[in-house]
Amino acid sequence: MTPKQIRLAAIGGGLAFLALAAGIALTALEDNIVFFRSPSELAAKPAAIGEAMRIGGLVREGSVKRDGLRADFEVTDLAHDIGVTYEGMLPDLFREGQGVVAEGRFDASGRFIADTVLAKHDETYMPPEVAEALEKSGKLKAPYAQHRGRAEQDGERPQ
Amino acid sequence: MIAELGHFALVMALVVATLQAIAPLYLARTAPDTALAIAMRASFIQFALVLLAFAALTYGFVRSDFSLAVVFANSHIAKPLIYKIAGVWGNHEGSMLLWVLIVAAYGAAYARFTDIKDGFAARVLIVQGWLGVAFLAFLLFTSNPFARLLPAPFSGQGLTPILQDPALAAHPPLLYAGYVGFSMAYAFALAALTGADDGGNWARRMRPWILTAWIFLTLGIALGSYWAYYELGWGGFWFWDPVENASLMPWLAGTALLHSALVAEKRDTLKRWTLLLAIITFALSLSGTFLVRSGVLTSVHAFANDPERGLFILAILGGFSLVGFILYGLRLPRFAADKPFQPVSREGLLLVNNIFLATATVTVFLGTIYPLILDALGMGKISVGAPYFNAVFAPLTIPFALLLPLGPLLNWREGRLKPLQNSLALAAGLAVLVTCGIMLTRSVAHGGSSLMIIALFAVALWLLFGASLDLAQRLAPYRSRLTQFWRLPASAFSAPLAHAGLAVMLLGILAATQWREEIVVAAAPNQQIDIAGIALRYDGLREIDGPNYRAEQARLTYLTGRHQGTHIFPERRFYEAERAQTTEAAITTDLTGHLYAVVGETSGDKRVLRVWYHPYVAFIWLGALLMALGGSFALVTRLKRA
Repeated sequence: MTPKQIRLAAIGGGLAFLALAAGIALTALEDNIVFFRSPSELAAKPAAIGEAMRIGGLVREGSVKRDGLRADFEVTDLAHDIGVTYEGMLPDLFREGQGVVAEGRFDASGRFIADTVLAKHDETYMPPEVAEALEKSGKLKAPYAQHRGRAEQDGERPQ
Repeated sequence: MIAELGHFALVMALVVATLQAIAPLYLARTAPDTALAIAMRASFIQFALVLLAFAALTYGFVRSDFSLAVVFANSHIAKPLIYKIAGVWGNHEGSMLLWVLIVAAYGAAYARFTDIKDGFAARVLIVQGWLGVAFLAFLLFTSNPFARLLPAPFSGQGLTPILQDPALAAHPPLLYAGYVGFSMAYAFALAALTGADDGGNWARRMRPWILTAWIFLTLGIALGSYWAYYELGWGGFWFWDPVENASLMPWLAGTALLHSALVAEKRDTLKRWTLLLAIITFALSLSGTFLVRSGVLTSVHAFANDPERGLFILAILGGFSLVGFILYGLRLPRFAADKPFQPVSREGLLLVNNIFLATATVTVFLGTIYPLILDALGMGKISVGAPYFNAVFAPLTIPFALLLPLGPLLNWREGRLKPLQNSLALAAGLAVLVTCGIMLTRSVAHGGSSLMIIALFAVALWLLFGASLDLAQRLAPYRSRLTQFWRLPASAFSAPLAHAGLAVMLLGILAATQWREEIVVAAAPNQQIDIAGIALRYDGLREIDGPNYRAEQARLTYLTGRHQGTHIFPERRFYEAERAQTTEAAITTDLTGHLYAVVGETSGDKRVLRVWYHPYVAFIWLGALLMALGGSFALVTRLKRA
């Protein structure tokens, strides 16, 4: 091939490849993003059954019930609550009254079936989504506002 | 007193860095020798001063001087010495001081080791001087590590327990040595752009430095991954967490740069692309720092959420990138066009390598930045997780790994595959055969695999055999003295080792993700747990005291297999000072797989236990080590020649 043909082939091939890669990436992105919803948002606009999402808030005091590996609890932003069911090992600092994020989907009965539960790693930390959800519901108290972002996330993470 | 000395040393370092950045610029035309002499001296002195400051801060941590704000916030008397030292960089201010130390160290190392002392060397040091100025100013004006507290508190707040770990002591220095090392790529690119087209000589001078940076970054990322695997207690090795992605992007771009710089050096071709890549790689290293340090992302790595700091780093990132790109645009026409080459040639294949790696970089960038953009526009909070990255990386890996082994086997300019067709057919045949074998034996226990997974296994094996073929070709001239290992040329091992490392890592990732087994049980004492053909017995729980924590320790006993009779002890630790809790997994490490046990909370009179079996997971980090080793062989070759 002449240099000119080679250059044309290289440019054409490169562009075709980039278009293909961009196509794959955008489709993958469309299929795999997960939205975060707060209890108040869900009360205003209920989610479709089976849609993957993250919810978050505080674990409502006195709501945790354990039975073997199964744990039932309520996540609240102090304005609205969501009933959550999780089967498995809860993260280190899962506590009543503390911030938590759960990933999963709603079943037909309106319960949130969590695949993953993420909790904070020390006592001053609040997941940012949770802090924001609490701010929006107007219930956030001072100490959390100061500590947002300090320290670290996630007793557990999605795998 | 010591702390004030450290602070003073930092201020002096800023003065010296300013001198290094400006004085040689003025003298470059009139007195080039003086300019270089000043730049070299200044980089030595700057390094010595920052080292002094670093020593002063370390002293503060070791002596638990709680009048220092960072020591108070991040240390505690009841902490083992090694973590007091590691605590120096276990916080924002200290880690930025480490960053500055490494910037200065690279400058001083270049001044010390550069073989040719000319205007080019002076320009490299000038750019390093500017970097020193920017980061020292950032440190002194927004993140002073020597800030005092009055009155001094009696006790510190302690270091986050999950950071109290030997791997974490080494992870940040390695990673920073990688990130900052790519500042050398930037400095060389700018020095090349401001000079004449010297036929790729600049690329020859740049390669050992980007190799060094790449080796450190590879090790740093691997160590971070290993730490997350054993310390965070959920057994994953890579989470596609934005912070991990921030380190992966410069690694991907840096890997592309290593390869394109080879073409620029040997063939005086792909120069313009290599220069651009050098600037981009450093820009990605800086944006990694920005993402991590600004609090834009929340993760284990976000020490502080201070908008002022984020803006400052953003300004540094924007400033250096802008200067780089403007110079690139202005000076590019001076660089001669590429020499022609056939598509089937080593250049051609290296170009393909660069296209793939650049695509991978863009893919990671998209997945990392998209949630931030959406959030900034108020369009909702989303997370882009592993499914996206897996969906993109899997199909991308197949053609990449398929073509990769051909590159090193081809000649420059115009390669011919014909003479190699028998060996290549053998390698391909072996790969197919072994893949079939693996699928047949494994499908009994794990069911069939998808076509994508089968293809990935096959290309990974092809990559491994291709690398062996490459090694055989390189060693062919030395056939008579193969047993005298030390007399073989180091260069023969570099590419085959690095490529085999990638293959080993791919195999590890595939095996560990495809054949992983997991069991969660609420166990009563003496209950048996079966996983992956291994029988374990849960013996019970006891309380123990550590140096700065209390722990609940479970005991499990192997009832069968090679480890029969041995005990393992997963723990849950409670750290008094930090008021935090961690999970210490018990891991039995074999090359063929890890048994990974974690103890959870009580459920009635039982204990929740979670046990995984991760087959061949060690291959992942072994592969990374092989890659770094391959890089080291290339570096040794280069140093010998210099």
